Amino acid sequence: MSKVVEIQSVFAGYNGDIILNDVSIDIFDDDFIGVIGPNGGGKTTLLNVILGLIKPYKGSVKFCDDLKFGRNNKIGYLPQQNNIDKKFPITVKDVVLSGLIYGVGFLSRYSKQDKLKAEETLRKIGISDLSKYAIGELSGGQMQKVLLSRAIVSSPRLLILDEPNTFVDNQFEGELYEILNELNKEMAIIIVTHDVGTISSYVKTIACVNRTLHYHKSNIITEEQLASYNCPIKLITHGEVPHTVLKKHSH
Amino acid sequence: MISEFLQYKFITNSLLAGILASISCGIIGTYIVTRRMVFLSGGITHASFGGIGIGYFFGLNPIISAAIFGVLSALGIEFVSKKTEIREDSVIGILWSFGMALGIMFIFLTPGYAPNLMSYLFGSILTVSTLDIWMMFGLSLILIMIFILFFRIILFISYDQEYAKTHKIAVDLINYLLISLVALTIVLNIKVVGIILVISLLTIPQSIANLFTKNFKNIILISIVIGLIGAFLGLVISYKINIPSGASIIFSLVMIFIIAKLLQLLKRKINLNRQRI
Repeated sequence: MSKVVEIQSVFAGYNGDIILNDVSIDIFDDDFIGVIGPNGGGKTTLLNVILGLIKPYKGSVKFCDDLKFGRNNKIGYLPQQNNIDKKFPITVKDVVLSGLIYGVGFLSRYSKQDKLKAEETLRKIGISDLSKYAIGELSGGQMQKVLLSRAIVSSPRLLILDEPNTFVDNQFEGELYEILNELNKEMAIIIVTHDVGTISSYVKTIACVNRTLHYHKSNIITEEQLASYNCPIKLITHGEVPHTVLKKHSH
Repeated sequence: MISEFLQYKFITNSLLAGILASISCGIIGTYIVTRRMVFLSGGITHASFGGIGIGYFFGLNPIISAAIFGVLSALGIEFVSKKTEIREDSVIGILWSFGMALGIMFIFLTPGYAPNLMSYLFGSILTVSTLDIWMMFGLSLILIMIFILFFRIILFISYDQEYAKTHKIAVDLINYLLISLVALTIVLNIKVVGIILVISLLTIPQSIANLFTKNFKNIILISIVIGLIGAFLGLVISYKINIPSGASIIFSLVMIFIIAKLLQLLKRKINLNRQRI
């Protein structure tokens, strides 16, 4: 177990507003962290800090050497699907291959190795047959698998997913968590979600982000804890999908 | 008829202009359409009229002053909408009308009558000069080179720019480069179809191509071919019945679009019938 990212007393936000207030967390290579919290609480801001999309006002984000100097991208990222234009003329294969471009990426050819890597990833996620489809022809769940393939095609050490369970049905959600469980053997995973009920049986630890961050080193949290951290989340459980209900318990 | 048609120097010049316009608009139009930048491009087009007015007033070549003005407006729109909190479409609206206003002010301040004003508004492919042809040729060459060298990255950024940023790609730099090329393409094609109509050269061929393919590269190639057909048909019509070439080219392109759409619907219907049997 080694540390991949170390975030220390980070203050961050947009246009001078502080959204993350003194946030610290260490991420280890076998972690599977569920990030929960209310909308506007800073979940996405935290991801953006780790991804380097915004610079913190104060504090530090340190990466282990593999993450810093790899020629390939060593942080995989699955963005929220509503930021993506579904009519864009691009095939599944090209989307997945783009996950291998890093830095300048001059000269417009993918190597044979790149292509094999993309094919292997599509097989692993179980969507080899979609390879030649235009993304406009996919369902929400299929699209999510394509974006997941793009995120992991470069064999990252850390995989970050931003609400992967929106726009998809329960069956896909179960499938997704099974895939993530498998992937967790090779990489650390951070998953942002609004659905506390289902996720808590898959993740190992839970981080509750609401301006500040409270880190639970287990996947069970109580309603009282949520309330005291000012995390107004409804505890709901859905039908047949296996899950652990966040039960009331005393410490 | 063709040989008689080709005898005049202005006809060969306009044919060359039509070919070069198809190439540059085929490439840049695909970028604009897939990135949903049509309104932005309309803004740059109209803003560049300010450059034409300035050119008239100071006695410069209006196309060159429009090119400078157009590129600066494009960079300005990109910068202001990214770095400040003003909404992008509002910035576009402001520059759109400000450019037109500047253009009209300078043209009225210029002593004497502005003889070619109509040709900048509605295009006049028959008055394309040799210098214009060379500039269009240079632009097409640059576009082909950049789209070959950076194709992967352009596709990557166009599809998902946030994600490209997480891969340490110089997204901002490439956005600025491409928006400048969009402005240059628009301005250099103003002579062919005019300010009012140039946006159609950047969108109609792509919309037709998009009926047949969902692949970025193929949209570029098919758009170029459709642009060529439209330009040639438009020129013949313009020559035959003596109307401005811009109007006849766009008329031809829209006719091609309608025919293509009907063919597509027919094909779908035939496929459906087959499936029923």
